[in-house]
Amino acid sequence: MRDEQAFLEYVQGGGQVETGDWMPDDYRAKLVKFIEMHGNSELMGVLPEREWILRAPTLQRKLALTAKVQDEVGHAQLIYRVVEDLGKPRERCLADLVDGKAKFHNVFHYPTKTWGDVGVIAWLVDAAAIISQKALLKCSYAPYARIMKKICWEESFHILHGRDVILAMVTGTPEQFELVQEALNRWWGPLMQFHGNPIPKDEDPMYVWRIKSQGNEDARQQFLEGYVPQIWELGLTVPDPNLRRRNDGAWEYSEPDWDELKHVVTGHGPRTEERLAFRRRFLDQEQWVRDAVLAA
Amino acid sequence: MIYEVFRQERKGQAFEHAGSVVAPDAEFAEAWAREQYGRRGESNALWLVPREAIHDVEGWADEFDLKYRRVDGYSIKARLKEARERASARTG
Amino acid sequence: MNELLLGLADDELVIGWRDSEWTGIAPMLEEDVAFSSIAQNEIGHARAVYELLTDDADALAFDRAPGEYRCAPLVQLHLLEWAHTIARRWLYEVADEIRITALMADVPVAAKINREEAYHRMHAQMWHERLRDEPRFRDAVTELWPFALGVLLPEQRAELSSRAALDEVAAIERGTFDDSFSALLHEMTIVRRSAPAGAQW
Repeated sequence: MRDEQAFLEYVQGGGQVETGDWMPDDYRAKLVKFIEMHGNSELMGVLPEREWILRAPTLQRKLALTAKVQDEVGHAQLIYRVVEDLGKPRERCLADLVDGKAKFHNVFHYPTKTWGDVGVIAWLVDAAAIISQKALLKCSYAPYARIMKKICWEESFHILHGRDVILAMVTGTPEQFELVQEALNRWWGPLMQFHGNPIPKDEDPMYVWRIKSQGNEDARQQFLEGYVPQIWELGLTVPDPNLRRRNDGAWEYSEPDWDELKHVVTGHGPRTEERLAFRRRFLDQEQWVRDAVLAA
Repeated sequence: MIYEVFRQERKGQAFEHAGSVVAPDAEFAEAWAREQYGRRGESNALWLVPREAIHDVEGWADEFDLKYRRVDGYSIKARLKEARERASARTG
Repeated sequence: MNELLLGLADDELVIGWRDSEWTGIAPMLEEDVAFSSIAQNEIGHARAVYELLTDDADALAFDRAPGEYRCAPLVQLHLLEWAHTIARRWLYEVADEIRITALMADVPVAAKINREEAYHRMHAQMWHERLRDEPRFRDAVTELWPFALGVLLPEQRAELSSRAALDEVAAIERGTFDDSFSALLHEMTIVRRSAPAGAQW
């Protein structure tokens, strides 16, 4: 079957594609770019959280945060393996990443300022990510769908950990409550941008090829429906006066700043350059190790 | 070298393909696969197999629809109905 | 005995903390994941031993003045470079095996720690074999060797010398603190100190 139309009908009918199968060039190119961005995001997500591993205020939190971040590195490994089997070696992915030629999700371009951020990220940023990841379980490209199973299973404790961190603080001192509220105020904008602008599903090539099985707006609505009630029930406020749930169940909210999103993901976020430089420094410093070990 | 990883979740269960690791030799592959596929106690055992050792087999010819060797190749309803009717006619 | 146990726990805490600095920046992703498990195990061991000495392991781990810690200088060193990090890993595991097995008769949790350390030793040995001909690694081992000896009691050092196949030299003893140690403690406690003692996190 080397017919793009037949392939389209096949994936839209729920058909699954394996590594060695024929696939249209456009499908392959979009697939690689999408999956590579996911791998980059898992890897770049480590850096904002890494600082707080070193500052965790109890042994239990240090262990939990180390384990959570470890999972993210593990996810990057799984994801880059999938990309590699599609023809792009990991070294090239990492080189493109540190050279600023490849993208990663908006949320990982922002600074983390307090332990409040640690809770908000593990609870809400991971929640936003899991919604997308669950939709990817149905990806038409089977090797990717399969690793998503493991990823989703491992993510399940991340959100609980995040919520536990938040709950300890909102039931602690007034200053600790404020840390959470302040972090939430800063992260709300990027969270609302996270799922991308509300392009209709059928105009989104990722959905057309069934690489994504969910439109951007569906994902965002799912996030709001699941998590705004959880935020409000703790007495926290969301910094959007227009946020409300309509009678028909849909959530209304202030238009996210799509310019900010574009600006950030094209490499101009507040911490983009610093984090890429940090990665580049260690990649370069340890090239000799890879040469010594991987040259079998 | 790419090693394919097969995972047995619990004793007695089948080993299922779980993914792959890139490693210079079997020792590193073991150390790294232990981590990637077992650090949360999710596996009872692993098999690591160099990808080149895997012999890919696909494509079976099924030209003549040999139903006699499948369950759906047998339709016994009508005959069973008749046999039952005849049996009750004999006794009834 | 308590001094020995505190030294063990402090060593595990600090080397676990140092090892966790590699999260996200290890030479390859697979190793990043493996190293992270080792760091978690070490912190878990520290906690288990602290709990033999106190009801509040966190207080013992976090709330002492720098001079009150009993960790060996080896674990305090800030070594964000792979040859030194792996050299330290290897030397520490060889030394620690001697120490832990000696404690097993009197301290039940030492047997549990010893079993978990089997993976650490396998991992360290694997890297040692891979890098033993690499000059960077050999130089790092030579540099860290006096520190490694200081992890153990004087009567255990001959055994370490034999297992590491290195001649015994003057050890860098416990009781001294590397310049980076107070920076480590400062960072480690920065969030904890921001709330009153006893605050929940």
